[in-house]
Amino acid sequence: MSYEAVIGLEVHCQLSTESKIFSGSSAAFGGEPNSHVDPVCLGLPGVLPVLNKTAVIFAIKTGLAMNCRIAGHSVFARKNYFYPDLPKGYQISQFDEPLCEHGYLEIQDGNESRRIGITRIHLEEDAGKSIHAESFVKSDETLVDVNRCGVPLVEIVGEPDIRTPREANLYLTELRQIVRYLGVCDGNMEEGSLRCDANISVRPAGQKELGVKTELKNMNSIRGVERALEFEIARQVKILEEGGSIQQETLLWNANTNEAAPMRSKEYSHDYRYFPEPDLVPLSITDEWIADIENSLPELPSARRRRLAVEYGVPEYDAAVLTDNQALADYYEEVARAAGDGKAASNWVMGEVLGYLNEHNLNLKDLKVTSENLAALLKLVAEGTISGKIAKTVFAEMASTGEQPDTIVAAKGLVQISDSSEITGHVQQVLADNPTEVEKFLAGKEQVVGFLVGQVMRATCGKANPKLVNQTLRDELQRLRK
Amino acid sequence: MAERARQKAGEVDARVAAGEAGSLAGTILAVKDLIVMKGGRVTCGSRILADFVSPYDATVVERLEAQDAVIIAKTNMDEFAMGSSNENSHFGAVRNPHDRQRVPGGSSGGSCAAVAAGMVTAALGSDTGGSIRQPAAFCGVVGLKPTYGRVSRYGLVAFASSFDQIGPIAQTVQDAGDLFRAMAGHDPKDSTSAQLAVPVLDEHSGEKIKGLRIGLPKEYFADGLAADIRTAIDQLVARLAADGAEIVDVSLPHTEYAIAAYYIITTAEASSNLARYDGARYGYRAEQSDSLEEMYVRSRSEGFGEEVKRRIMLGTYVLSAGYYDAYYRKAQQVRTLVRRDFEQAFTVCDCLLTPTTPTTAFKLGEKTADPLNMYLSDVYTVSVNLAGLPAMSVPCGVDSANLPLGVQIIGNAFDETTVLKLGRHIEQSRVER
Repeated sequence: MSYEAVIGLEVHCQLSTESKIFSGSSAAFGGEPNSHVDPVCLGLPGVLPVLNKTAVIFAIKTGLAMNCRIAGHSVFARKNYFYPDLPKGYQISQFDEPLCEHGYLEIQDGNESRRIGITRIHLEEDAGKSIHAESFVKSDETLVDVNRCGVPLVEIVGEPDIRTPREANLYLTELRQIVRYLGVCDGNMEEGSLRCDANISVRPAGQKELGVKTELKNMNSIRGVERALEFEIARQVKILEEGGSIQQETLLWNANTNEAAPMRSKEYSHDYRYFPEPDLVPLSITDEWIADIENSLPELPSARRRRLAVEYGVPEYDAAVLTDNQALADYYEEVARAAGDGKAASNWVMGEVLGYLNEHNLNLKDLKVTSENLAALLKLVAEGTISGKIAKTVFAEMASTGEQPDTIVAAKGLVQISDSSEITGHVQQVLADNPTEVEKFLAGKEQVVGFLVGQVMRATCGKANPKLVNQTLRDELQRLRK
Repeated sequence: MAERARQKAGEVDARVAAGEAGSLAGTILAVKDLIVMKGGRVTCGSRILADFVSPYDATVVERLEAQDAVIIAKTNMDEFAMGSSNENSHFGAVRNPHDRQRVPGGSSGGSCAAVAAGMVTAALGSDTGGSIRQPAAFCGVVGLKPTYGRVSRYGLVAFASSFDQIGPIAQTVQDAGDLFRAMAGHDPKDSTSAQLAVPVLDEHSGEKIKGLRIGLPKEYFADGLAADIRTAIDQLVARLAADGAEIVDVSLPHTEYAIAAYYIITTAEASSNLARYDGARYGYRAEQSDSLEEMYVRSRSEGFGEEVKRRIMLGTYVLSAGYYDAYYRKAQQVRTLVRRDFEQAFTVCDCLLTPTTPTTAFKLGEKTADPLNMYLSDVYTVSVNLAGLPAMSVPCGVDSANLPLGVQIIGNAFDETTVLKLGRHIEQSRVER
């Protein structure tokens, strides 16, 4: 029997605001433990939360980019539970009146495009970190670092529209790209600024009713989510095929063993006793404010992919690579416009530029080749001043020194030889020096032309226009044949 | 505390000498011990915070000191402001200066007793369901609960966040008004504080109350009201009518549900507000627990008193899955109805006049065994907190046992002016008599 998986993802994104969602201390990642603190995020007696406006704007941006309806009126709620890294004994979140609802993301798998629904996006505060298993912690102790307490989060709750681990990967990749484009979250899953939990059930293909679902937690990469889902689908299918039934439970993914194991039931059997947060007034958002924020949105990844394909005539695959992040897409567009050739720019950016960055493990911002200089290089090739092959040498030089291409070309005498009399001279010399090969050619072995071209290129240190060399060589050989 | 007071007093002397004194120069204050002061303990009358020192000042403390008030003491209170007799303090009961066998009322019992005994010019209390007004009545002093949102709650340790308000307790209405004005006004640190200008009041202007429409809600004069209090208020009403006030009979029909709704919503909020006192980060922690859960249970069981634990349990229950709609949601609906009752009443009158309490101060230990009976001492005060309105208790004579009794003036939202004006008139007319 074949089975179908039903998957819904819950994603938490830490918003990259300067300060915390309800107080003034730093929301930056890391720091000396318990140094990013103030009375409010420590939950000291008498403190009150004050909502960070930037966090609201970031959440609205996220909602708009994910096609949500933004609520004019939304309410914060307290989610009550006891844990040492939760200083107030409750988390300020949103419950029945979230900020954003009814959205979707579009994922593209080859030529197939699918919409994955987004139930809601709400704002909340992060909790601190409990540290158990570190060398500096005694075996019977747990330490608490509250630096993360009060860092703003949006929780993006997806509809159970995802059917395969691969779709989950595409959804998360798209989501992460969007929040990065928006500049609201750095999307770093290893540092936990983007976290994903998954709800998953399986059912026989064609069956309408949903199976019993489990929840997967503790995945710290997109690939990890995909693997965990693959594992869990296989586990659930095996249980069903053996005639068993699925337990509704939460499993923790272990990236080292590639297995998911159930959490102790006590850790998640909460009654959170949600009720409206009386220390904050309901959030009122006017249509004008939403419109202002909407106008401030950058071009989103999907739109930019489409535009690049149309405007520069590059294949969709290239467009997807080039729009991976805004900096790369900006760089590409600058090169394409200045060089006047989108396709050549695409080949160079995807080939030489990304190859170089990859090889040297660099970011685009560290690249010494400015978009202007790369465009100038492409022009030198287009105008026939240097060959494509020489251009690659020049690029390597530009990347290591940051110099302009024409400076390098001039200094190294790399200008392409396109003068036909000069080339004819070199050709005649090569023919005179290689009588055996000439004999072979005259005997009908055409392949030796390649060897002879190589000799001419070597004689000119690669500067001879290869097209011209080829032509001249053939002309000269023909002449000998007569 | 003493060091800070001495230093402040020195500063005030210098400013007086330089002719730059603030409006409260010369005022000696006590502060209820759930309002934080930097470097000082804030116990909330509880074992769980017995040794807790605050690293910051409450907004009201900053504002009062900015006007040159000198704060010399923190005052005892019912634990976390939960109580009507000041018998629920980890540090022992407060006694009523008028009769030491009797309670001062609560929860701001320490503040009211200190003012009544003349230890300070005035004091700060907090009022969640009557905690300023009821003890003010029992102690024969003036106690003002401002409109919810009028005075910043930043630095007020929360009992029930949507009810709590800080207010002044004083020997005269004028002092209460002066303190109120110094404290009131929007505070960016309190999102629920109103963005409204504080009116420059004119209760001292001697303006008469001719034409003021005073409503008498009939539900506040029903069974359970002590005869002496009823008589005193009847006489006061007659005098006010003679002074030109227009007396209007009004009805607040949902009054009978107020106490129940109050105890559901306040305990729900309290169960959450008091969750942070868990022994994990600060405050009292039980020693030698074998697990996190045991540490929580023992710290909280040993750190909180009986009344606080009773309310945490009640509040936890009413928010629990399956009970929320029947209790919390229903109580919020009642709250809306109570608020509408007042809105309706204020279409025909400018303020309301009621007894503050059904009885005068009772004896220590008289009601401790019967929490429900104790809760009824707030029967005339809790509705005001459900509706978020300003109200003040003003002394209105004594009963046959020579114990003080108070009359309560309830104003429309943000109309402390009328409350203070009428209070001033009542006070003056008693003095003149």
